[in-house]
Amino acid sequence: MREYSAYTLLKNALSGNRDWKPAWRKPDPKPSYDVIVIGGGGHGVSTAYYLAKEHGVTNVAVLEKGYLGSGNVGRNTTAVRSNYLLPENHRFYEHSMDLWENLSYDLNYNVMFSQRGCLNLAHTPGQLDEYIRRGNALRHSGIDSELMSVAQIKKLVPALDTSGSARFPILGGVMQWSAGTARHDAVAWGYARGADRRGVDIIENCEVTGFLRDGDQVTGVTTSRGEIRAKKVAVAVAGSTGRVMKLAGIETMPIESQVLQAFVSESLKPILDTVLTFGMGHFYAAQSDKGGLVYGGALDGYNSYAQRGSLPLVEEVHSEMLALFPSFASLRVLRSWGGLCDMSMDGSPIITTGPLPGMYLNAGWCYGGFKATPASGWCFAWTIAKDEPHALNAPFTLDRFQRGILIDDKGQGATPNLH
Amino acid sequence: MSPRRATSGGLIDRSRSIRFTFDGQEFTGHPGDTLASALLANGVTLLGRSFKYHRPRGVLAAGVDEPNALVTILRGEAREPNIQATMLEIYDGLKVVSQNRFPSLGMDVGAVNQLGGKVLGAGFYYKTFMGPVIGPLKGTRFWMFCEHFIRRAAGLGKAGTMADPSRYERMNAFCDVLVVGSGPAGLMAAKAAAESGQRVILAEQDARLGGSANWCDETIDGQPAGDWAAATVRELARMSNVRVLPRTSVWGYYDGNTIAALERVTDHKASPRRGEPRQRHWTIRVGKVVLATGAFERPLVFPGNDRPGVMLASAAERYAAEYGVLPGEKIAVLTNNDGAYRSALALREAGCHIVAIIDVRADISQPARATAVRTGAEILTGRAVTATEGGKKLHCIKVQAFDAATGQISGDPRSIDVDCLLMSGGWSPVINLASQAGAKAEWNERLQAFLPPKDADGWIGAGGFNGTFSLDAALSEGFAAGGGTDAGLLPATSSVDLDIAPAGVFEITGKGKAFVDFQHDVTSEDVRLAHREGFQSVEHLKRYTTLGMATDQGKTSNVPGLAIMANALGKQIPEVGTTRFRPPFAPVTIGALAAERYGEIRPERLTPMHDWHVENGATLYSAGLWHRPMIFGLPGETVEQAYVREARTTREAAGIADVSTLGKIAVQGPDAADFLDRVYTNMFSTLPVGKARYGLMLREDGLVLDDGTTWRLAEHDFLMTTTTANAGKVMQHLEYLLDVIWPDLKVTLTSVTDQWAGASIAGPRSRDILAACVTGTKVDNETLPFMGIVYGEIDGAPVMICRLSFSGELAYEVYSGAGHGTHVWEALIAAGKPFGLVPYGLEALGTMRIEKGHVTGAEIDGRVTARDLHLDWMLSKKKPFVGSMMMIREGLVAPDRLQLVGILSRDNIPLNGGAHIVEELDQDNPHGSIGHMTAACYSPVLGQYIGLALVKAGKSRHGQRAFISDPLRKRFGPIEIVSNHFYDPEGKRMHG
Amino acid sequence: MIITCPFCGPRDSSEFVYREEGGRTRPDPASTDQAAWNAYVYERVNTAGDHEEIWQHSGGCRSHLRVLRNTVTHKILDVTLARETGKAEKPA
Repeated sequence: MREYSAYTLLKNALSGNRDWKPAWRKPDPKPSYDVIVIGGGGHGVSTAYYLAKEHGVTNVAVLEKGYLGSGNVGRNTTAVRSNYLLPENHRFYEHSMDLWENLSYDLNYNVMFSQRGCLNLAHTPGQLDEYIRRGNALRHSGIDSELMSVAQIKKLVPALDTSGSARFPILGGVMQWSAGTARHDAVAWGYARGADRRGVDIIENCEVTGFLRDGDQVTGVTTSRGEIRAKKVAVAVAGSTGRVMKLAGIETMPIESQVLQAFVSESLKPILDTVLTFGMGHFYAAQSDKGGLVYGGALDGYNSYAQRGSLPLVEEVHSEMLALFPSFASLRVLRSWGGLCDMSMDGSPIITTGPLPGMYLNAGWCYGGFKATPASGWCFAWTIAKDEPHALNAPFTLDRFQRGILIDDKGQGATPNLH
Repeated sequence: MSPRRATSGGLIDRSRSIRFTFDGQEFTGHPGDTLASALLANGVTLLGRSFKYHRPRGVLAAGVDEPNALVTILRGEAREPNIQATMLEIYDGLKVVSQNRFPSLGMDVGAVNQLGGKVLGAGFYYKTFMGPVIGPLKGTRFWMFCEHFIRRAAGLGKAGTMADPSRYERMNAFCDVLVVGSGPAGLMAAKAAAESGQRVILAEQDARLGGSANWCDETIDGQPAGDWAAATVRELARMSNVRVLPRTSVWGYYDGNTIAALERVTDHKASPRRGEPRQRHWTIRVGKVVLATGAFERPLVFPGNDRPGVMLASAAERYAAEYGVLPGEKIAVLTNNDGAYRSALALREAGCHIVAIIDVRADISQPARATAVRTGAEILTGRAVTATEGGKKLHCIKVQAFDAATGQISGDPRSIDVDCLLMSGGWSPVINLASQAGAKAEWNERLQAFLPPKDADGWIGAGGFNGTFSLDAALSEGFAAGGGTDAGLLPATSSVDLDIAPAGVFEITGKGKAFVDFQHDVTSEDVRLAHREGFQSVEHLKRYTTLGMATDQGKTSNVPGLAIMANALGKQIPEVGTTRFRPPFAPVTIGALAAERYGEIRPERLTPMHDWHVENGATLYSAGLWHRPMIFGLPGETVEQAYVREARTTREAAGIADVSTLGKIAVQGPDAADFLDRVYTNMFSTLPVGKARYGLMLREDGLVLDDGTTWRLAEHDFLMTTTTANAGKVMQHLEYLLDVIWPDLKVTLTSVTDQWAGASIAGPRSRDILAACVTGTKVDNETLPFMGIVYGEIDGAPVMICRLSFSGELAYEVYSGAGHGTHVWEALIAAGKPFGLVPYGLEALGTMRIEKGHVTGAEIDGRVTARDLHLDWMLSKKKPFVGSMMMIREGLVAPDRLQLVGILSRDNIPLNGGAHIVEELDQDNPHGSIGHMTAACYSPVLGQYIGLALVKAGKSRHGQRAFISDPLRKRFGPIEIVSNHFYDPEGKRMHG
Repeated sequence: MIITCPFCGPRDSSEFVYREEGGRTRPDPASTDQAAWNAYVYERVNTAGDHEEIWQHSGGCRSHLRVLRNTVTHKILDVTLARETGKAEKPA
């Protein structure tokens, strides 16, 4: 009998919902573990889940400084897609997509993965060609992508200004139908519960304050709840990578921490049935199942650890929104918040062994980490368990910058705030 | 009985009537009414439906904290959903409809959800709808099937699809003191600050300034508080250093004391004055912010506390005092503090019958009892309301004995017939803005509330915000906050001596749903379920139950929710955590945030000859911010016919194109040549004066940044040109290097893109045309050799001419001052007429550059090296340059990199940019991409479809057959990979 | 944020562009030390706290400013002209 189902829901309702168990235990840390995963965000808990599920490594602790899922897994705009340009990204993100498709069943937790498509709007002939190049690249990697005409776009999203008289008229768009959205918090909770039920200790309010070392070898961590030893220490703290790596004596990384704001409007009846991006700026939007438009734009553009955005960016994001949706001018924004992004130097992540012996690093997710949550955990778990990367994450090394083997999907070079 | 308008009282203008409609039915109200007060005055109690259970809801509050009464305003075809009836001032012709109900507010089928009962508890959707692994509903398809219906049931108001015709405005302001809130504390602060000569802005979110002075029965300076407030506002408004902003909600506290506020300029007007925007977005840079934002009264959580007719005590008091509306005939009060007694008395004096005051405390203070006696109500201490009755309207409450210390209920319920129940669960200071500014709230045990910290940088608090509820103390704090020092200047007050410190009772447990978050239908059982399942921290509680996530942002639900969780955990409230508030304090209109950028998101860049192009039949398209001619089509021509004609004519006779959009940077100074040597891969110090050279620039990481020609106008004076797209980027790159890396170099950079108009005149007859119109210089091969520069005049206008070619023909770029651009252009057109000159657009320009194999932004995509583009000949070995060490890393010299090639269509069907190239064609299952097309055209000189592409190890593939694979456009077919130099590879034509 | 430009006075941060982390060492142009170049182009200290950075007043005088700013509080502690604070990117 699965723990969650329509049947158990009904059964528990009849008994006043008194018999539900905590989604995960709240254990005290043990003195030592086989693996410590630092960071109780989406990637941390999915790593722990796949360590247990795929590799039988269950003597694992996930250490979270605050509450579980307090970082970007609960602060993103929930889009899931694999519509990248470069083949290294295709393979990785499509694996993620495969995991997403059965994730609710696998976790026995409804993460509300909704494959409602992701449509990139193009506004100049050159841009349309560029998007088609990307769409064709996807098709040659076996990933779905299709070209949409203005008429098709208008039918799908009637609120869009498709009049042709817009400042940047819509000339067409490239759609990935398998893309969509998922309920972000549920992903963290579902993985945490799955890991917990397999024996993983999820330890909240446990801040790592230092690394235990034996020479170069990392042998554990010191925390706000005492010393914890481990054979392997994995770092999955995107947004705070620089801070945590400094505790291990690593002073520089190919990463900058920057703040990205996100917004949600008041709740509305369905008006936007897909995930949509604007080509002449940086704007993306979807509508949550509760009815709020969930949207965002570019980074604020400067280093920050404050989870707090700036007003000019607020104005810019909403201006771009209205360039697409002039009817949304009379709607209202309800909440805004900021998340810390690990902006890497080529816009792609790092999933690797090292950089110290006994250490494993998962970082540099820019603002694309949410969609990667399943594959990131899956690949990182593999890397930790086998002490070598899986083929899917083999390109995402730390030394690729030195070697010039970059995975620069946007072609912006070492300018993190442009990725 | 129903709520009704009292025969007298209130601050409304009873001499005039306003007509409006609600759900199609016409009502009248008076100026000064909100929609909520006007509907209550008309006896309407059912205003909305809740989010999840579609329960009937009335008005809970009287201001920005209202969770229930949300409506949609119809303005023509534009819709404004989710507007709080308590914040909406009525005007003649106002049309509003209720929302989240079908088919009508009174009869809503969605209410069937209430039967779901405990199955639909917090987070139920996480536990079901998981589809099977196989079958037609595999993966996430079963969920998506269910989601379709769930989405339609969820959501509140309906958004429109027609553009909002309103205009929005943005305003910047600066002041020494911004006072937020115009209650007694705020007014006193503004007055003190203004009188000491500071620049003051006073912002009030309501239409009427004065805050609690408008409904309290106290006096200031010997006059009713409301009169004192009105006089003070008049006095402030007369002062030149004060700006008073009513209807202005301060919603964001950003870094550097930058404050964001939204002013509702004409939302309350039937016909705005000409030029008035609907709303104004204020950005205010403030020296000191005075937070006098008051406090919100909290509801109590008990079964049936959401029934229409149950409202906050202070809200009822406001309806009576401000609007002359009696919220009910027979009223009961449920409270845990003394404050509600005052509300009861105010309603009694307005003409209501106070049936009972039910106090959860066993003992009450003497002043409270004295006040209660004056209301004539039965005083029921140590009791609580444990149920309410009535369908869509309250008609009865059940009262039982209650032990405030244990929460135990005992005894038989007693029924009391009432049509209105007032509740007061204590007060929560409105600390949202301080929290946005980074202040950490502190729990105050006496007030059972989170208070702001004492010390803050940038702001200072006063009054209810600080948890200071007596009028005297509020005035005194306001005075001090405004910088007042002489306490003798404070006005005298007379006020009611009631202490609002509540008993720590937040919930009365009983049978039936007891609501914590009214709008989102989060009940006390939901909070306890979250506790059982481990969602116990404040953030988990919010996210799991959606408590506080509704449009009222938890203004009434936050503290009760925490209290119930704390109780379940056996902890103190602050141990559960405090909510960190984020902008906005209240929802903000999206149009206002865009302001002038609504409808005009970006500037349009037009070349000096733009009008000529439009008048002469050009089809334009966007290139970044620019509008550029695509073709100058003749009647009946297709795009392809037009550009083929233009390109062919150019190659056979002459053509002219507008190249004013190219980036142009003046690089000047004694070290200019040295600087260019450092930033270009090739040498510029060796370039003679009066000559131009093609240059290539790399980024610091060794990849190609941009290319273009740079002209040496004098020993220390260069004119650099960049591609249109990269003009800004190159400028920034150069400025950074000069300012930060090499400040010792004596070079200045000036962007002159907009100062010069540029016309490229190309083709075998171009020299003849110039000879026919240029005066002051010869243009023969000797005077003006390839890459040479001369100065002259065309029809009286000074011009600078450089002989360089993008098209591969004999060609010149003619630069004139931007103001002369059209004049020179027209003179060239006139001079060219006898030689068959045609204007050509970007398509023909592109065609000719493809034929020549020149690169543009389509190839320079941020991932290519100079070698990839076969530009390695431009990489000087004699000097270091930006990127020279980084471009030799292993990944950038790998043999299988994408390299530039030419492509010939082998099926005589057009090619397209963005198509991929494969060695083996598989239309059903495309795979094995070896590269992609970057540009394509029909080549008039070759008589076939050609293109450029970036292909893996492309240079070694010349002569090989391959296939176009373009599944997105369903174009597949044979091609041949060739050199990118299709046409005149030796360059004889341009050198001729 | 409000940045006080030494030329233009206190101006809103929207007039400025964040360019680079400050305090990095650009090797001498002629240097062939690949590791030093790699470090210059790719490695960042990325401090949580007082952070030296280069901003450009792109919507004003276009000067580059060396800004000392706290990345946790966003407080700006010091602003100087990059050009005048000498060769900040000292040769290795």
